Amino acid sequence: MISANKVNKSFGKLKVLNEVSFTSNSGQCIALIGPNGCGKTTFIKCVLGMVVPDTGTITVMGKDVASGWQYRSEVGYMPQVGRYPENMQIGQVIEMLTDIRQSHKTIDDDLISAFALKALYHKRMRTLSGGTMQKVSAAIAFLFGASVLILDEPTAGLDPVASEILREKVLAEKARGKLILITSHILSELDELISDIVYMQDGSILLYKTLNALKEETGETKLSRAIAQIMTNKPS
Amino acid sequence: MIKIIKYILLDILRNKMVLGYAVFLFAITFTVFSLEDSTQKGLLSMLNLVLFIVPLVSVIFSTIYVYNSSEFIELLVSQPLKRSRIWLSIFVGLAGALSLAFFAGAGLPMLFYEPSATGLMLLLMGLLISVIFVAIAMLAAVHTRDKAKGIGFAILLWIYFSLLFDGLVLFLLFQFADYPLEKAMIGISALNPIDLGRILVLLKMDVSALMGYTGAVFKEFYGTDKGLIVSLSVMVLWIALPLLYSLKKFNRKDL
Repeated sequence: MISANKVNKSFGKLKVLNEVSFTSNSGQCIALIGPNGCGKTTFIKCVLGMVVPDTGTITVMGKDVASGWQYRSEVGYMPQVGRYPENMQIGQVIEMLTDIRQSHKTIDDDLISAFALKALYHKRMRTLSGGTMQKVSAAIAFLFGASVLILDEPTAGLDPVASEILREKVLAEKARGKLILITSHILSELDELISDIVYMQDGSILLYKTLNALKEETGETKLSRAIAQIMTNKPS
Repeated sequence: MIKIIKYILLDILRNKMVLGYAVFLFAITFTVFSLEDSTQKGLLSMLNLVLFIVPLVSVIFSTIYVYNSSEFIELLVSQPLKRSRIWLSIFVGLAGALSLAFFAGAGLPMLFYEPSATGLMLLLMGLLISVIFVAIAMLAAVHTRDKAKGIGFAILLWIYFSLLFDGLVLFLLFQFADYPLEKAMIGISALNPIDLGRILVLLKMDVSALMGYTGAVFKEFYGTDKGLIVSLSVMVLWIALPLLYSLKKFNRKDL
């Protein structure tokens, strides 16, 4: 569903993405992990068309990201730091997005009710705490029943109850055969969620394996320990 | 696209600044026309107002608005919307709001006191200059990421068009006083939309006799229907070129 072919991107002298190639299919739940500044968010933004790659192509559901925009109606995106028009209310933002998306599919407001966001609909975006902002971002990402879900550090800032709700939601969507791309630094919470791992460093993909293969190879049962072993034994 | 324009217009109108601008223009226009006995003099004062304040407010408000709605733009870009539509909607929203403010604030009282060809021309120039400076502001805003730099650049452009350009033209005229520059001046005046607006309004006022031989040449060119069409097309170009260039930049911009 998402495939990237030799994507390069530099910001000035800094090379952020270096020949990134990647394919994924529906039903996969992929964890995109790697140290800070390794290009995870930039790659996600390239998929969404927010950052334009210098060279290389990205396709989502067979459609080229550079030339099309309709594909984004099949993408739900939860940004790392939600940025919304400051003087709009939560309700207005959600209403506006529903209006713009004109989704003929049913609206999936599970998360809105699970997070009890309706009670906060009149709050302005600039008054929200980081956690509430994340809840709004998550609710918007899942709202339109998109078949590709991209979650950039979804649980950062969420309280334990909320992250459990979000986790359940991700599992439910995975069971429906959607493609889910998650970046996170909290490996322990990814364990039961994901099917594949992509490990990025310095703008390139070092490793792309299924979770089972990785565990078998390293002889570990925990994702965090398997990754730790990869990171320490990595061929330099 | 109409939906996005609707949300942008709502957002701009929620901002009290445009309303304040309209009220300010309304107050000034009324004062100017009540102070002078002849409406011709009133129009002359209005001309200076239109040529100084309108571009300034237009360029600064638009630049600040584009920077302040970076979150909004970012949100829209991640939605199934075409980038160029988002940018054009912002342009239409800003141009619409500022033209509306000018029309309601200065246009209506002007039509009330001076519903002549001159008054109409001044109204048209005010509207065109509002829109031109929105386009210029969007160019300045897309060019730099830094808000302070962008606003500085926009103000610099305003100073260039309303003050420096005339100085440069005077300098040219004095340096090359021995040559017949009158015809060339027509071409040079097209390089500045504010000057173009000033000439078109002054010619309607019949004070062009005061401008000497150059005024006569201007009258001969701009006073005709053909000249009017040419100059209005030049002003439309002043909207289209900065807008298209900024659109091209925005389509490749990283957010």
